[in-house]
Parts: sequence; structure tokens; C-alpha cells
Amino acid sequence: MISRRLLRLFFTYLALIVFAVIAVYPILQVVTISLRPSDRLLSTSLEIIPEDATFRNYIDLFTDRPFLLWMWNSVFVSLVVTLTGVVLASMTGYAFSRFNFIGKRIGLLSLLTTQMFPATMLLLPLYIMLIKLGLINTYLGVIIIYTATALPFTIWTMKGYYDTIPYSLEEAARIDGCNQFQAFYKIILPLAAPALVITALFSFMTAWAEYLVAAQILQESTLWTLPLGLKSFESNMSTEWGLYGASSIIVTIPVVILFLALSKYLVSGLTLGSVKG
Amino acid sequence: MNRTQHKLFVAFLVLPAFIILFAVVVYPFIYNVIVSFSNMNLRHIKDWRIIGFQQYVKVFTEPTQPDFYVVFFKTIIWTVVNLTFHVVIGVFLALLLNQKDVKGKPVFRTMLILPWAIPQYIVLLTWRGMFNYEYGSINLMITKYLNLPAVEWLKSPTEAFLACILTNVWLGFPFMMVIALGALQSIPHELYEAADIDGASWWHKLTRITLPLIRPVMIPAITLGTVWTFNNLNIVWLVSNAGEPSDQTHILVSFVYKAAFNLYRFGYAAALSMVIFAILLVFSLTFMKKARATEAAY
Repeated sequence: MISRRLLRLFFTYLALIVFAVIAVYPILQVVTISLRPSDRLLSTSLEIIPEDATFRNYIDLFTDRPFLLWMWNSVFVSLVVTLTGVVLASMTGYAFSRFNFIGKRIGLLSLLTTQMFPATMLLLPLYIMLIKLGLINTYLGVIIIYTATALPFTIWTMKGYYDTIPYSLEEAARIDGCNQFQAFYKIILPLAAPALVITALFSFMTAWAEYLVAAQILQESTLWTLPLGLKSFESNMSTEWGLYGASSIIVTIPVVILFLALSKYLVSGLTLGSVKG
Repeated sequence: MNRTQHKLFVAFLVLPAFIILFAVVVYPFIYNVIVSFSNMNLRHIKDWRIIGFQQYVKVFTEPTQPDFYVVFFKTIIWTVVNLTFHVVIGVFLALLLNQKDVKGKPVFRTMLILPWAIPQYIVLLTWRGMFNYEYGSINLMITKYLNLPAVEWLKSPTEAFLACILTNVWLGFPFMMVIALGALQSIPHELYEAADIDGASWWHKLTRITLPLIRPVMIPAITLGTVWTFNNLNIVWLVSNAGEPSDQTHILVSFVYKAAFNLYRFGYAAALSMVIFAILLVFSLTFMKKARATEAAY
């Protein structure tokens, strides 16, 4: 007799495996494309590793294209955005969590409403504004926009997480002689580590994976970030799929590693704040 | 700390973020409002002037191809179908992963989170390749393993729409799964133990304990997911290559993008953007209010 437990476990593993395969398959496709020699996107074979697999595309990527330059640009922009995002979100979220001030309620609600603006609403005015400020073709322009894009979600997350930390901790610190800022910096911030991790990850992803805004602002090719570089492989007549595939994999690897390393924070940081709320 | 110091401290904490947000979000928003009342388009790019509500009237009444109400209806279907699958699949997988005696959880979790982690533009072009009629892996699998005729994914309106939905469901379930996992982990075990003592079936435990208790967390996630899906330009644009075939696969936002950046009808696009925003605002407020009012007491 098959016990109920075995049956349950069997179906669990079955479902998990099926969904995991579905989740991973498109990514395997990209690997396949990257291993195919010279631009064959299209083939009727379903093999994951093609017969004539070669690493040629990866080599060409670094020798034939300024891939390292794009990578360096992306790393720079993403790191700055991450740093700025973490600093700003941790401070602002703290204020929303601990203090009452004029415009607090409206502030919180407006953070939510910013998510409702269709991207089209903001692109054109932003472009015009950046031209006037002379921020086209600068990293400052992109950094500001990316930081602002990530802020609403990250502030909300930080605030929610702070809400679960009892205020008595700061009070105890104050009694021991800290001022408010020291209490924030030394006691609360370390406790909010999971949420800080989420903020950092989200800010990083916003900058690393963004194409539209970068395409509008960074028009000089020496300033290109990775998404722009990848897009340059695509053209109407002859898309260079091999290079595209190889670069896609390389672009994806840091993100996957980050997610892997931070996966346990992801779950607790995203929801701990909202459960008690 | 006296009152002035206190106020200064709060200002120090809050101002930098809000200055940036104001510049990047609020200012363009106001600009958009103004443009929506103007006649800015290709012919009036520098010399535009305010013309009142005409653009809004055009949004609702102009016989565009496709029709506004059709696109609106499609957007609603798009959102509802996507969200339903996102939440059902996400919660389902979270429930599976939350069981104590499942081995290899980190591996599964990582694989299942990948759709969310991969940069969108890579994923979307890949999916478009997969939907290719002759060489895409989806049709290849359908014909080779299921012996069914290949589907004209990107050539016919319904199939193209379906392709977009499939892609977006694939992209979106990890988010709901992660949220649900977090929520599930915060449910105290004593509740389940008490239910077991009372002889509750797994269905009872699911519907009476689990689902109500993850609700407070899922509701904001669903609101956010709805807004994000409703406004999701990338999928529809990239997978169906700007509304092919012949503008039939538009949802509201892609329609606005086309009006603004392909047809240069900036005033019209601005008005339509405002309409979209209003729709989402009304939805969010009513949804959150209704959900809170009927929330089960813990």
C-alpha cells in the first residue's frame, strides 16, 4: 500500500520538476544559441547542446566587440544606483516608519501611485528635461532616473520591515546615550539587513537590466551599458544571434549568482514587513 | 532632542529621496497633464497650445484602428488572466515548497525564481524566437511530440495574444511564489496542530487557515501585480513586435507608446496616459478598500 505521505511527496516532486523545467527551458535555449556556430538562430533540432557546439561566440564577444567596456559601464552604473538606492531608501523608510510628519500619509499613498504611471507618461517629459539640463550622454542622468524608479518599491519595503522592529530598541539606545541618528545607524540598520538586501538587489536589477531609458540617454557608443550593447547585435537584415546568445548568458550569470546568494533574504525581507502590518 | 532638531532630522532623512522622486516622477507627470490638454504632435512640436479637452474626447470617440474600447477590454482580459495564473501557480508552488519533508528546496527555489531574475529583454526575444512558426521550439515540440499541427503564433491575433499571455505568466509567477512563501512561513504551526487534533482535512486546513492568513500579504502583492501587468509594455511590444499582426495585439499601454513614439501624437498619447492612470487609481483604491473591509480577523 502506498502511504498517503508517499503519494503526496510523489506529486509534489513531479509538479516541482515540471515547473522547474518550464522555468529553466527558455534560458537553456539561449545557451544553445550561444553555442551554435555563426548566427544560426533557427534550426529544427531540439537538442540543447548542438552537434557542432563551439565557444567561438564567447571568444568573439571579447575580442571583436567592446564587450568589456559595456560591462564596465554597466557595473559602474549599477553599483552607484545600488549604493544610492540603499542609502536613500533606508533613510526615507525609517522616517516613514518612526515619525509622524506633515504629508506622511499622502507621501505613502503617492509612492504607490507612482507605480501606476504608464512608462509612456514619463519618458517624453524626462527626455526633454534631460536635454535642457544637459544630462544626455551622461551617467548622472541615467543614475538619477534608475534610482528614482527603484525608490517607491524599496522605500515601501524598508518601511514595512522597520515597522516590525519594536521602537523599544531605540528607546533603550537613547537611554544609554545615543542620539536618534546613532540609534538608527548602529541598532536598527543592522537588524533591517534582509530588507536592505532586497533594496540593494532591486536597485541593482533596475539598473543592470534596463534598456529603454538607457537607449534614450546614452547615445554615444562609448557610454553604452550592456543592454544597449546587446541590442546592437540585432539588426533588420542579419542579427548576430551567436554573439547575442553568448552575451545574454554572460549578462545573466551575475544576476543568478546574486539571487542564489541572497535567496534566503528574499523571502523573509519581502514579506516580514507586511505580515504584521 | 528638541523640536527643531527633530524636524531637521526628519527632513534630512526624507528630503533627498523626495527631491529625486519629484524631479523624475512628479515633474513629468505635471508636464504630461499639461500636454494632454494640448495639441502637441508632429505638426505642432514647438508651437503647441492648450486646446482643452479635445484630446480626451478623441481618446474615447475617435474611430481608431483598433477601437479604444476593444483595446481596453483586451487589457482587462490580459490583466485578469495573467494575475489569476500568477497567483494560482505562485501560491501552489509556495505550498509545495513549504512542506517540511521536501528535499532539495534551495535548488527548486532557485530554478523557479529564474524567470524573474533574467533581464527581460533577453527573455522576451528568446520567447519570440520560441514562438517562431517554422523554427521555434514550441511548434517543434507540438509537431514532434504531440503530433498536432503547428500554430501560427505570431501571425494571427488570438494566437499572438495567447503567446504574450504565456510569456507573461512565465515571467510573473516567481514574484507571487516568493511573496506567498514568505507569508506561509509566518503562519504559526500551532494552528495546524490544533486543526489536526480537531480532525480537519487538508482541504479544511487550506481554506480555513492557510488562505485567510496569507491574504493580508497577498492583497498588496496582487494590487501591485495588477498595476504592473496592466501597464506592462515590454511583453506585448517585443513578443508581438509592436502590435502585429496589424495592430491587433495592443493593450492600452502599447497603444499609447505607438501613438507617442511612432505616430508622434503627443497630446493624444498624454491624454490616453492620464486615462490609464485614472483607471488604475480607481481600481487600486476600491480594491484595497474592499479587501480590507472583508478581511478575516486573525
